Amino acid sequence: MQARVRALETILTEKGHIDPATLDAIVEAYETRIGPRNGARIVARAWVDPAFRQRLLADATDAANEMNMQSPVGAHLIAVENTPSRHNMVVCTLCSCYPWEVLGLPPVWYKSAPYRSRAVIEPRGVLADFGVALPQDTQIRVWDSTAETRFIVLPMRPAGTDGWSEEQLAELVTRDSMIGTGLPKAP
Amino acid sequence: MNSIHDMGGMHGFGPVVPEPNEPTFHAPWEGRVAALYRAMGFARLWTIDAGRAMIESLPPATYLTASYYAKWLMGLEKSLARAGLVGADEIAAAHSLRPASRRTHVMAPRDVANLKRADYARPAAAPARFDAGDRVRTINEHPAGHTRLPRYARGKTGTVEAVRGCHVYPDTAATGTGENPQWLYTIVFSGAELWGTGADPTLTVSIEAFEPYLVPA
Repeated sequence: MQARVRALETILTEKGHIDPATLDAIVEAYETRIGPRNGARIVARAWVDPAFRQRLLADATDAANEMNMQSPVGAHLIAVENTPSRHNMVVCTLCSCYPWEVLGLPPVWYKSAPYRSRAVIEPRGVLADFGVALPQDTQIRVWDSTAETRFIVLPMRPAGTDGWSEEQLAELVTRDSMIGTGLPKAP
Repeated sequence: MNSIHDMGGMHGFGPVVPEPNEPTFHAPWEGRVAALYRAMGFARLWTIDAGRAMIESLPPATYLTASYYAKWLMGLEKSLARAGLVGADEIAAAHSLRPASRRTHVMAPRDVANLKRADYARPAAAPARFDAGDRVRTINEHPAGHTRLPRYARGKTGTVEAVRGCHVYPDTAATGTGENPQWLYTIVFSGAELWGTGADPTLTVSIEAFEPYLVPA
C-alpha cells in the first residue's frame, strides 16, 4: 500500500493538483488538533452551564463554534442527550459518517462490519462488547447517520463531581461516551 | 445500490473489537490517503456522494477484505480516473506520463486551518410535505445507483421526529445530475417495525430520510 499511495501522491504532485506540504499539514491536524478532546470540552461546558446546554441541544454547530474550537465546526451537528431513561448511540450503517470536527477521525471499530451491522438491531449486544450494561428498562435510541447531519451524544454527568471545574470534568469524557458505546469515566 | 456497504441488521460479522489507545493512523500511508482525499475534495471535481458511490461499487469481496483507507485509495483512484486527471497507465508507472489535463483548485497549507465540513443546506423550492409528528412510510425501491435509504428501513412505517431543512439530494448528486435539493427529516421507527417480534422492546432507530423516500402512512 505504501508504494501505491506514494505513486498517486507523486503523480498528483507532478501534475500540480496537490501540494505535499498541505498533506503534511492535514495529517498533523488530525493527529494533534482535531480529536475527541474538542467534543469533551463541549460536553463539560454543557454539564456546568445550563444555558449553553440549551443552545447545544438547539444548534450544536453554533454552540460548538462559541467555544473557539481548534478547528471550526461545520454545518448540521446535532447533540442528542442521554437521560436516566434514555441512552443514545450513533452509527453509520452505509459508510462511516462521523462528527470529525469534534471527535476526530473515527476508530476502526466504528467503520467495521460488526458495528455497522449490529448497532441498529442489537445495540445491547454491542454495548456488552464494550463492557457496558444498561438497566433493562432504559430506552435505547440508535441514530443512523444516513445524511449530512452528524451526531454527538451528550452523556450524563457522573455522580460525585459536584464542584468540579470544566477542565476536570472534560477529563472524564471519553470518545466512546460521545458515540454512545461507552459511559464517562467515574470520578 | 443493494451492495455489501448496506450492512444494517446483517448477521455473522462477529463481535465489535475496540482497540485500546488506538492511533489516529495505523501506518503513515493511511494518513497520506486521508490527506489526499481531503486535498482532492478541495478541488470539487466530484461530490461527496459520488465519492461514496465509487467505494460502494467496489466488488463485495474487496469491500469486506480491504482496510478502510485502502478502500478510500481505490475509490480515489477511480474518481481521479473518471475525472480524467490520472490514467491507469500512470498509476502503473508510478509517475505522470502526461501534463495535467486541466488545472484544479489546489489546497494550500494555510487552508488546513479550516477543515470544516461543507454546508449541504439549500434553498427549498417548495414547502416541506411533512411535519414533526406525522406518520410516514418509507418507499420500497431498489435503485441500482447511489441512495441513502438503507434496505432495513425500506417499506417501514415510522414517525417524523424533526425537519432538518432542505439539503442536497444524494441520489442525484452522486451521478452528477444535480443537487436537486430535498427536505430532510429524522424518521424514528420502533424496533418491532424493523426487526419483528424478536426485537429489543426498548429499541427505537432513526434514519435521516429525504422527502422522496417518504409517503404518508
